[in-house]
Amino acid sequence: MARIELKNVRKSYGAVEVIKGIDLDIRKGEFMVFVGPSGCGKSTLLRLISGLEEITDGDLLFDNERVNNVVPSKRGIAMVFQSYALYPHMKVYDNMAFGMQLSKSNPKEIEARVRKAAEMLQIDHLLDRLPKQLSGGQRQRVAIGRAIVRDPRVFLFDEPLSNLDAALRVDTRLEIARLNHDMEDVTMIYVTHDQVEAMTLADRICVLRDGKVEQVGTPAELYESPNSVFVAGFIGSPKMNFLKGSFAAAFDCTTLGIRPEHISVVDEARGIWRGKVIHGENLGSDYFLFVEIGAEAPLVVRRDGKEGLPVGAEIALAPEIPNLHRFGPDDRPV
Amino acid sequence: MERYVFKTTLFYMAVVLIVIVAVYPFYYAILTSFETGTAIFNPNVLPEAFSLANYQAVLSKGAFIRSVGNSLLIAGVTVAFALLMAVTASYALARVRFRGRGLLLMTILAVSMFPQIAVLSGLYELVNLFGLYNSPFALILSYTIFTLPFTVWVLTTFMRDLPVEIEEAAIVDGATPWVIITRVFLPLLWPAMVTTGLLAFIGAWNEFLFALTFTISETQRTVPVAIALLSGASQQEIPWGTIMAASVLVTVPLIVLVLIFQRKIVAGLTAGGVKG
Ligand SMILES: Nc1ncnc2c1ncn2[C@@H]1O[C@H](COP(=O)(O)OP(=O)(O)O)[C@@H](O)[C@H]1O
Ligand SMILES: [Mg+2]
Repeated sequence: MARIELKNVRKSYGAVEVIKGIDLDIRKGEFMVFVGPSGCGKSTLLRLISGLEEITDGDLLFDNERVNNVVPSKRGIAMVFQSYALYPHMKVYDNMAFGMQLSKSNPKEIEARVRKAAEMLQIDHLLDRLPKQLSGGQRQRVAIGRAIVRDPRVFLFDEPLSNLDAALRVDTRLEIARLNHDMEDVTMIYVTHDQVEAMTLADRICVLRDGKVEQVGTPAELYESPNSVFVAGFIGSPKMNFLKGSFAAAFDCTTLGIRPEHISVVDEARGIWRGKVIHGENLGSDYFLFVEIGAEAPLVVRRDGKEGLPVGAEIALAPEIPNLHRFGPDDRPV
Repeated sequence: MERYVFKTTLFYMAVVLIVIVAVYPFYYAILTSFETGTAIFNPNVLPEAFSLANYQAVLSKGAFIRSVGNSLLIAGVTVAFALLMAVTASYALARVRFRGRGLLLMTILAVSMFPQIAVLSGLYELVNLFGLYNSPFALILSYTIFTLPFTVWVLTTFMRDLPVEIEEAAIVDGATPWVIITRVFLPLLWPAMVTTGLLAFIGAWNEFLFALTFTISETQRTVPVAIALLSGASQQEIPWGTIMAASVLVTVPLIVLVLIFQRKIVAGLTAGGVKG
């Protein structure tokens, strides 16, 4: 329920600046995902917003009110940690009720809120258990439940899925997406290094790199018009192909980017690049060809699952011209 | 196979030897406590006599009972004090970032390395200054001083291994440092507290030098001093039988305590290595 604004926010640990001046406007009720490589400062930025870490310089506003010096519990936030961070000695019920008990809420209301959250997450049958008696997925649900009970203005998630195995990760991702739909007004900020999570969950994505914002936009915007080589390479799986040297020069740029699905296998006559298939990956619905065309790395080409080609085949390729991404010497689009 | 039998035999022989060496003095004390008269001065390995006369003699002395009471009070209060201060101090040392933290930890450790005798006169001055001479507080003060470094160190190490995120979750939930210590950390620190508390208790219970120096009247004595000063029928006679009976009487409660808490102690000493 809160609009969050960051104005030139900085964070230093001693002489080392980790967050290097971030301006960002997170809208009310938005699902914002911070994504970036490990160590780029995502967690630190989230912790600055939560208040667990002090802001060195700049302003942080919740609904136009400066909250730099407000303690975490008074900011109206709830946080879900990567390691769940449940209180090991408390039953699930008490884990979820702890915050409200501390603020001396009415016991009836606490009970009602805990039960409602538990039902929402289908953990109402686990309320009498200790965390160690739960599976990883159940623990993470309890952690999310604890956050819901706090009835926050802002939900903060720090890589909540990275301790779960692949199948559970997909389920829990769905759960979080559903939660986001059910709680329309609540602003959510979600940190991940996994661009698939970012693409599937986000209303908008903020790509961070080395303590600075690289680009902010909807998943489609970032995918279709990345404003740097870094974002182009980070968003999308498999990665965008990058061509340099004479390949790029032919299109008047320093770096030429083209996604695997925007290259097709064509007749010899219409081919722009020629090469030999050196490897194939069949994922069932997709078939990825790795084609050696004489560039630094083999070109990855997506085809339909049934259209594989044998390794060693000599083929000609052509990109879809409107979907080419051309970058100049500063790694920015031209 | 033969090699294996040989090795195993050797191992158990070593175990038996170590146990005998370790346990024999206590065993001998127990034996002696049941003997009277000249039998005491007759070295024997197996029980020869059984008489409860020594125990009767000890328990009929009002002053000895009083000493046990003093020891219980002093050791108990020392443990309570030490744990309260150590838990709060170790929270600060483990979790609060401040300048000079490492130096402080090293100083605390260094303090515990001084032999008792080195600080005896200084401590005596301190006790006099506070007007605590010949009162239980003199001993509570000095035992707390000597116990704290170890207690703080163990608890600090233990507290460091508690996941930071649990503490942060509590902060987000609105917990103050005091609530974090008492309602989130204490329940997790139990094994470590039992271990350090028990060791502090044993230390205070058995301490002799300070107890002898800081008390003068019979009513203020603790058990070790009372036992050492037990007098026989004449000046020349050392009442070994009663001394042994008294020693057994004051040691048994400790052994019972250790047995009750032994699983916790092991958990406390090895915890931190594995997260639950
Ligand atoms: N308490 C700290 N003291 C010093 N440096 C830190 C501290 N916390 C994080 N950092 C540094 O800040 C950078 C960003 O860390 P973090 O926000 O955790 O990255 P991410 O979550 O994106 O992987 C890292 O280089 C890390 O070493
Ligand atoms: Mg992180």
